[in-house]
Amino acid sequence: MTLQTYGLADGPLFGLPLPEMWFALVFFILGTFLFLDGFDFGVGAIFATREDEDEREQLLSAIGPFWDGNEVWLVVFGGALFAAFPAVYANLFSRNYLLMFAILGALIMRGLAPEMYEQRHDESWQRWWGRAFVAGSVLAPFFLGVFAANWFLGATTLVSLASIVVGVAVVALTVVSGAAFLGLKTRGSLRDETVRYGPPALVAYLGLVVVAVGYLLLTRPAMRADLLAAPSLGLVGLSVVLGVAYVVTMRREQYVPALAAAAGLTYGLVTLVATLLYPFADPGSGLTVSTAIVSTLPLNLMSIASALLLPLVFSYFVVLYSTFRGPVESGESYAGE
Amino acid sequence: MIDPVIASRLQFALTTIVHIIFPVMSMGLAPFLVYFTWREIRSDDPVYEQLRRFWTKIFAVSFVVGTVTGIVLEFEFGTNFAAFSTVTGELFGGPLATEGMMAFMLEATFLGVFVFGREKVSDALYMVSAVAVGLGTWLSAVWILVANSWMQTPRGFEMVTKNGQSIVSLVDPIAAYANPRFPWMFVHMQNAAVLSVALFMAGIAAYHVFRHYHWEYPVQNVAFWEKTLKIAIVVLVLTAPFQVLHGDAYARHVADTQPQKFAAMEAVWETESYVPEYIIAVPTNLEDLTDPRAKELLGVGIPGGASWLVSGGDPTATITGLNEFETEAPPVAIVFWSFRLMVGLGFWFIVLAFWAAYRWWRGELREDDLLHKSLMVSSLLGILAVEVGWIVTEVGRQPWVVQGVMKTADGVSPGLSGFDATVTLVGFAVVYLGLLTLYGYVVARIIRAGPPTMAESEQMTLDDATASAAGDD
Ligand code: HDD
Ligand code: HEM
Ligand code: HEM
Repeated sequence: MTLQTYGLADGPLFGLPLPEMWFALVFFILGTFLFLDGFDFGVGAIFATREDEDEREQLLSAIGPFWDGNEVWLVVFGGALFAAFPAVYANLFSRNYLLMFAILGALIMRGLAPEMYEQRHDESWQRWWGRAFVAGSVLAPFFLGVFAANWFLGATTLVSLASIVVGVAVVALTVVSGAAFLGLKTRGSLRDETVRYGPPALVAYLGLVVVAVGYLLLTRPAMRADLLAAPSLGLVGLSVVLGVAYVVTMRREQYVPALAAAAGLTYGLVTLVATLLYPFADPGSGLTVSTAIVSTLPLNLMSIASALLLPLVFSYFVVLYSTFRGPVESGESYAGE
Repeated sequence: MIDPVIASRLQFALTTIVHIIFPVMSMGLAPFLVYFTWREIRSDDPVYEQLRRFWTKIFAVSFVVGTVTGIVLEFEFGTNFAAFSTVTGELFGGPLATEGMMAFMLEATFLGVFVFGREKVSDALYMVSAVAVGLGTWLSAVWILVANSWMQTPRGFEMVTKNGQSIVSLVDPIAAYANPRFPWMFVHMQNAAVLSVALFMAGIAAYHVFRHYHWEYPVQNVAFWEKTLKIAIVVLVLTAPFQVLHGDAYARHVADTQPQKFAAMEAVWETESYVPEYIIAVPTNLEDLTDPRAKELLGVGIPGGASWLVSGGDPTATITGLNEFETEAPPVAIVFWSFRLMVGLGFWFIVLAFWAAYRWWRGELREDDLLHKSLMVSSLLGILAVEVGWIVTEVGRQPWVVQGVMKTADGVSPGLSGFDATVTLVGFAVVYLGLLTLYGYVVARIIRAGPPTMAESEQMTLDDATASAAGDD
């Protein structure tokens, strides 16, 4: 077989530290998913508190045009992990076998429910699909949090106290984002009543993070040094600052900065996880970033492809979000017609 | 508990067989929607707005179900086929990641604009969103088929040792990704999708036309359904013959590159020349059905037909029999009968296409009841042909998961327990049955409700007409 690598197998592009950059990119994509689909999940959780037919419709139309695009970040997360660290992808997903299918089940429910909800307008149909929507929206981030904790801890069991704490924390975080998002997408009494859930969710989230960090300090002596080092402490500090900013801006009905603070909290969380993991990519199988990374040629190719495609992807999101900016109208339905 | 290897294979088979229905609907609908949107913007005829709105509803439901079932597949490579993913990741991960960034992102974001944004954006941006959604669905096919075609005709790699394991390493990306199977697969698949959707459209349109003119049970918007029927017939005439001609050449390529699969498609066990092609094969006993052997079948065969097919014109050419290969044969019965079914359906679609076209040309499209009935029963047969085509492709490749490189049994996750695998298999069987029922129910409701009445736009056209008529006086 002739070797044709077009000079791309000789070394990393421009001598860049590509393995580390891909490690960061994978977590960036995960964070983007957790933020964007996070507010959809949060809206799903808040949906549970609404009884009024018209209000429920408005909540569904608030996320209607967005959730599908937001969810693709999870698909891209899987793809990027597969492309850059195939052994991590394989180990992690097969080790958490039943959990992965629990995530998928929740996502199936969440995805189908709004579409189904709109198909018929009788009460029991809508009651059941409404419940499915809430269940999917709460369970998906919960299981994702459990999955993230298992990954991070190199856990050998599917659920533990620690992973449950993280799961609940992630659910709380989605409500934080969801409330800020609804601040932008609804008006009147609906807005006043839904944004109220943001600050308590924030307190719960920060409290659970403190519990999780405390738990790690107690049970993982090996991690203590890392946890007490500047980057982790800085990130925890940053979360508190962002939390304060969130509460203040929510009070002042400045929902754009509030949503930005929620985004900051989400990226802060994944950054914390990534810094604590590094240099390991998957502690459970002992794979590190440098042992799990694919070889130079595919890595260079994927780097070129992402450098070209990700800016385009951002531009699609700009088109989408600017087309549907502003609050939904009362009486507007999910079907958009 | 079922063995984890068997359970994983069954589960993958089940989940892909269900998934493919929805991409077929959305990839097949995409060119129609682009056309409808274009005509809606450019012409005064309100029927195009109706067409666009009606078929967009079906597209949107199909897309959602396609999304939720697609994510399952992507995850399954990691959960059930971890060894396969580790070994082939260097080659296989790239296309999947690219598919996500290049295709799904485009499709899922612009779908928001396309479904919810007609009143919010300009005509130009609306047209762009229709094209972007369509392009997105077709680009998904490009990348997933790049990955799958590489499993059929793997190129451009070498085996290296990494972390103590022998894995596939990419050495020539162009050879690997532009592998010989890819163009065949892509053309055959995309034409199949458009053909399947045209059959679906023709079937439900024929039902409404039939109901209206034959049962004399007035259907609102019968003009809409007649228009749909005619558009579908045009597309059928274009795609049905092409699919068969293309399939014929495609089979030759398969014979060249995967001779064992081809032998299974023809159920040839002993190496022979002058092998007939059984167009119609009739199993005379159970044995023939479960263990078909071409030589013993009762059927209508073209003498030397299979030989002719494999060699591109020489009826005396030799076909290598299944006994000749070192690896065990794939499940011949499944492959052989699936192939017969696909080919048979292919010819049936040609008959339908020309029959309908002929009636239309004679101006008898409303009268031919048998034609209407045939179209109705055929409305889902395109999808059936796609399913069996994929079964030929995937089951015919066994026992390999990557032809000649890795056996399927070696690809399954090493730590997977029979219990876990069985639990999820049963779970999927239940959930997907529900999913299909639900999808069928919802699509049936959309069809029953019919297209939105265009009272407003019709009123506007009327007003315009009166205004201009008034102006003439
Ligand atoms: C409407 C659907 C449809 C119809 C009418 C046909 N096919 Fe097909 N066929 C497919 C839909 C399809 C498919 C589902 O789309 C497959 C699976 C993988 C692929 O690339 O296309 C396929 C696969 C497939 C393969 C297997 C290739 C492989 O292993 O990679 C062959 C040899 C043929 N086809 C040949 C034919 C012939 C000779 C036909 C008619 C005389 C025919 N097909 C009609
Ligand atoms: C959507 C259309 C497809 C259908 C209907 C389909 C069908 C099947 C079936 C029936 C099997 C089981 C074969 C057996 O074990 O005997 C299978 C296996 C498999 N297919 Fe496909 N397939 C499709 C597309 C793909 C694509 C696009 C890929 C890769 C990107 C793929 C990858 C695999 C893998 C990895 C297995 C498991 C290993 C194996 O059993 O060969 N399939 N598929
Ligand atoms: C077995 C391998 C396959 C995998 C892993 C897979 C993966 C996926 C994923 C993750 C999605 C969801 C994307 C989103 O969120 O928008 C999806 C949807 C889709 N897939 Fe597949 N897929 C497979 C087979 C196929 C095949 C064979 C085709 C067509 C040739 C196809 C075409 C599509 C299309 C067009 C969509 C968009 C959703 C829709 O239109 O229904 N897929 N797939």
